[in-house]
Amino acid sequence: MEELYTLELIEKGKRVDKRRFDEFRKVEIKEGIIKKAEGSASVRIGETEVTAGVKLDFGKPFPDSPEEGMLIVNAEFTPLASPDFESGPPGEDAVELARIVDRGIRESNCIELEKLCIAPAEKVWSVFVDIHIINHQGNLLDASALASLVALLNTKIPKLEDDKILRGEFERNLPVVFKPINITVCKAGNSLLVDPSFEEEKILGAKLSVCVRDDDRVCALQKQGNKELSLEDIEKMIDVAIEKSKEIRSLIR
Amino acid sequence: METREVVLPGELIERKGRKIGKGVYAENDRVFAKVLGIPRIDEDEVSVIPLSGVYIPSVGDRVIGIVTQVEISGWSVDINSPYTAFLPLSEGVDFFVDVTRTDLSRFFDVNDVIFCRISRVTKSKIVQVSMRDLGSRKMRDGIIIKVTPSKVPRIIGKGGSMINLIKNKTGCDIVIGQNGVIWIRGERKDKAIEAILTIENESHVIGLTEKIEKMLGG
Amino acid sequence: MKTREKLIVDGKRLDGRLPEQLRTIEMKTGVVTRANGSALMKFGNTIAIASVHGPRALFPRHLQESETCLLRCRYNMAPFSVDERKSPGPDRRSVELSKVIRLALEPTLFLEDFPRATIDVYVEILQADGSTRVAGINAASLALADAGIPMRDLVAACSVGKISGTLVVDLTADEDNNSEADLAFAMLPSKKKITLLQMDGILTKEELNKLLKLAKDSCEKVYETQKKVLKEKYKRVE
Repeated sequence: MEELYTLELIEKGKRVDKRRFDEFRKVEIKEGIIKKAEGSASVRIGETEVTAGVKLDFGKPFPDSPEEGMLIVNAEFTPLASPDFESGPPGEDAVELARIVDRGIRESNCIELEKLCIAPAEKVWSVFVDIHIINHQGNLLDASALASLVALLNTKIPKLEDDKILRGEFERNLPVVFKPINITVCKAGNSLLVDPSFEEEKILGAKLSVCVRDDDRVCALQKQGNKELSLEDIEKMIDVAIEKSKEIRSLIR
Repeated sequence: METREVVLPGELIERKGRKIGKGVYAENDRVFAKVLGIPRIDEDEVSVIPLSGVYIPSVGDRVIGIVTQVEISGWSVDINSPYTAFLPLSEGVDFFVDVTRTDLSRFFDVNDVIFCRISRVTKSKIVQVSMRDLGSRKMRDGIIIKVTPSKVPRIIGKGGSMINLIKNKTGCDIVIGQNGVIWIRGERKDKAIEAILTIENESHVIGLTEKIEKMLGG
Repeated sequence: MKTREKLIVDGKRLDGRLPEQLRTIEMKTGVVTRANGSALMKFGNTIAIASVHGPRALFPRHLQESETCLLRCRYNMAPFSVDERKSPGPDRRSVELSKVIRLALEPTLFLEDFPRATIDVYVEILQADGSTRVAGINAASLALADAGIPMRDLVAACSVGKISGTLVVDLTADEDNNSEADLAFAMLPSKKKITLLQMDGILTKEELNKLLKLAKDSCEKVYETQKKVLKEKYKRVE
């Protein structure tokens, strides 16, 4: 019934929390909150809260890219964050989210992976991005992508001594050259809305996540939800995402 | 309004020969708070009114439930609690029904909202509800919202003053279940919801009635 | 025993603390809005968040107990919480800690009030700089009270130990790794009843007694902050 009310309002062009359809909840970004990590950020969108930490470690490069560093994105939907999350290995939602965030970072080429080689074909830096959900009040994906990006932007590469990592001492910043922003756009009747709340997410079955780079190029897409979209919808959704990505990007230091 | 101190679990409560009520426990003849809450010392009883917590059914409570399953001889009802209630056929309708020939969804179907009374609770919290008394009914149209059950008395107000204020100012029909489920019907339900959620969030604020009055205008 | 370096210099510890001094304590309740109760607790750089879901219905049904409520705890460290990335998921250490945290909390709860149901307590360590299990217990205790769960008392916890021959309280990761002994301790502060006691290392009986006294005194300090934080959240506002 709460859902019916949310739907009834949306049909009238309103939202429970009085936002406009194209309006995000308040976005708060905190940087460097985890001193043990090489990079970290906490992002709040309304009451949704996500912490991302970046750890750097040695890795063996793939044979087809012997001089490139590696990127590993992992998300944990901790049972702490929502009564619907369960203990145990990551479920399909957590895996999907991690893979969408991964694609946005990877395909935008925002990290210069070729600058992360230590010894060709032998040793490169592996960049681990771990996403930890603290509170789930909707739109985890946009929050997770933003937290991951900001954490990468403040990541520092540790110093090496005799082939050992000196934790806590740094050599240089991680080379990050773009700021890809993920925007999830939902279809609500004949209109589109952004930053769905938990209740809105439950009833809006047609969604598209769009990752947009600084030059307005689209670098990853994921159709989400169990309802269908038309080509016109998709076109409009991408326009909304490109427009909105500028605003969210401007919040990053 | 007097400012009363919040007590924590384990804090000593003045007893002075009074009986032990809810939210407190006795140990070696001394009485302690069992929950985070506001102590209440009546003439013959001490208790602590909790500030948070889920709804635990107690016989006689009037609650709003949602039918989750139609069964062979009654209905399962979600009462916003760790415990699901059962509404037996004989407590749901007051005439003879031949269960071998009748699908009970004719009377109450999944997702129907009912206002009912907790009629039985066993030691292991098997819960039965009844609709065989005045006021119990199926709630049609309208919407429901959920609030912290311990805030219900504040939303009702002294002698119903707060809820009547909201009803009068918004023209909405409102029914409050002691389980924290509230049913609202009317044109200006968004105003009513806003007022109720404000009371829930700011129940510790003094002068809340004036604030709600101002919020609802005139 | 590896004693890498001197951990006490001129009577002070490497972070400038006196032996019997706790790190800065920070506590906050209500940090997870989708939970029935939650809290954050910091001992210096150690950050623990706990949330409580329940009492709620327990499934599958065969787990239900007709006379009491099941208490389940999960202690988990974020992969980025430590110097060398911890691979996600439970390991032997976190399984044991989940159990001792559960047992540290259980004596204070009136589980018989909620037959057939479950109370789930989740502890996440966002940053680990020693004393994580006791930080988790402090956060969990606040979260249980915040959730309105019936309790006999709060639970306060701290670590104590022996480093460079000196008895100290609230060990950092560095101190813990190089300690001669470390001890994790929790108690019901107004009942003076101990619910967690784990020690490893070498101590004389006298040292052990002194450490237990230090642990008790430190828990009382933790308890003062717990009380203040809970009361402030619900203070009536004019």
